[in-house]
Amino acid sequence: MVSIDGRGDGKSLIRARGLGKTYRRGGEEIHVLQGLNLDVDAGDFVAFMGPSGSGKTTLLNLLGGLDVPSAGSVIVAGDEITHMSARKLTAWRARHVGFVFQMYNLIPVLTAFQNAELPLLLTSLSKAERRRHVETALAVVGLGDRMHHYPRQLSGGQEQRVGIARAIVADPTFLLCDEPTGDLDRKSADEVLDLLDRLVRDHGKTALMVTHDPLAAERARIVLHLEKGVLVEALSAGRPQSPAPA
Amino acid sequence: MKYLHLVVSNLFRKKTRTALTAGSFAVALFLFGILAAVDGAFKQGVDVAGVDRLVVLNRVSIIQPLPLAYRDRLARIPGVTGVTFANWFGGVYQDERNFFPQFAIDREHYRQMYPEFVVPDDQWQAFLIDKEGAIVGEALMERFKWKIGDRIPVKGTIFPGSWEFNIRGVYRGQRVQDDTTQFWFRWDYLDERKSFTKGLVGWYVIRIANPDDAVRLVKVIDEQFANSPTETKTDTEKAFAASFVKQMGNIQLLIMSVGSVVFFTLLLVTGNTMAIAVRERTRELAVLKAVGFRDGFVLALVIVETMTVAVVGGGVGLGLAKLFTLRGDPTGGLLPFFYVSPKSIALGLGLALAVGLAAGILPALSASRLRVVDALRRI
Repeated sequence: MVSIDGRGDGKSLIRARGLGKTYRRGGEEIHVLQGLNLDVDAGDFVAFMGPSGSGKTTLLNLLGGLDVPSAGSVIVAGDEITHMSARKLTAWRARHVGFVFQMYNLIPVLTAFQNAELPLLLTSLSKAERRRHVETALAVVGLGDRMHHYPRQLSGGQEQRVGIARAIVADPTFLLCDEPTGDLDRKSADEVLDLLDRLVRDHGKTALMVTHDPLAAERARIVLHLEKGVLVEALSAGRPQSPAPA
Repeated sequence: MKYLHLVVSNLFRKKTRTALTAGSFAVALFLFGILAAVDGAFKQGVDVAGVDRLVVLNRVSIIQPLPLAYRDRLARIPGVTGVTFANWFGGVYQDERNFFPQFAIDREHYRQMYPEFVVPDDQWQAFLIDKEGAIVGEALMERFKWKIGDRIPVKGTIFPGSWEFNIRGVYRGQRVQDDTTQFWFRWDYLDERKSFTKGLVGWYVIRIANPDDAVRLVKVIDEQFANSPTETKTDTEKAFAASFVKQMGNIQLLIMSVGSVVFFTLLLVTGNTMAIAVRERTRELAVLKAVGFRDGFVLALVIVETMTVAVVGGGVGLGLAKLFTLRGDPTGGLLPFFYVSPKSIALGLGLALAVGLAAGILPALSASRLRVVDALRRI
């Protein structure tokens, strides 16, 4: 269940209240997000759409603890992250957030295995335990036989799947995907979307995805539109769900 | 250790660049090793000088002699427990390039004055009964492949004529740093053959009972010969050796100057290289921070990479310098102690690490301060 009216039932996994982000460029203030409310339950697959500059990525940055809001609060799984120190926020991200990037952002000198293993290096898991987790994650994304390939030896779709394996390997609370198919051909994009769909449906993951691609958005259970920093519309499977306050 | 592969993988990312950077360290540290060996060779005499020995010279100059008659007067001074003397000979063996120090020595007391130079008794006895006899340091014997019994012709320069000596013995040093490149022969043979300055010696060496008494004795000795036709200038052996080094010029200043320029250049080159390397990896470092690696980790990662290059390159350079010095004195006798000491190796590695740290710190700080959202522009 997703709502944007600020009247969530308090059991939401992700809860944003009055979220605002203002940048100052020169002498001018730019309000990227304004008084945004959002409730996302565990197991939801939410797509954010909207024109460039509407604040989609900024919203993801705030929800993922990569940036701090100018106003409002973000609470994830009971943790108020808005006022966390940078150090605490880093540790919080490691534990709760799995990032999937448009450009994959794999480290080219590391193998698929080593890339996927990165978040686990921050844990106290033994080498054998890390290996088991990484092998499982790569098997889930269908790359069990490409573990020792370097990114340059993989296709774009395979690289993105390694990126997803890296995002899920530490079993984070939720996934943040920024244009995960933006750099892929249709076939590879479908494979990645299938994978995200499966992670939500079969593995109970919560995923928030920014996309420009309507076909990608259709795969989400909920589609939210952002315009000029405000959530103006909520759709479920392509149909309006509830009106958003201005 | 679980992060080691991150460091190693990054170092092998641009193999040529890493090799060239490490090569810069290798060249710089090779040069450092050689300069340290030269510096050490010049200062060796200072380092091994006996604390209980004084050297008495002619006040006018080291090349002016002193009367033999001073020996007994020096021996009578309270606090003096032994006196010997020697003379610089300065002959040429076959070719001027074959330089080695030759001393005409006091056969009665020279051996006792320098217990660090060990001569077997039978060889010393053979030396004493042969007026043309010579005792040769083992390094010099090795250098010219001489053996006991060889007759060595030397062309005199200060004392003209053809001189011939019979090698009667070999001395070795008790310590590795003792100079075994000297050639000793009997002063009485020199005095007998030379046509001028008879009854004069080059300098005296005095053993004193208490090293703490050196300053007072120096004064007492020089006062004893003050206002005489041949005044003296007395010094500790260490100060004498140091003044000898100074005559060669300020070697240490020269080495420091060259070394500073080299290391400063190395710092700029490495710093620039690391800055480029970090800039190229901005997105990757941002991703590391996004997934939960702390600023301090990113800082350490970049610094460890730089310092690894520094230590590996520096180690190779110092190793090459060590190998180079194993071949011995490249000057043919001017630098008998030409070797890279463990202290120099430790200092060189320390310098390499310091330069690595200094070169890496700014790029590392900029990497650690990177704002993830700025670096990625979009997550």
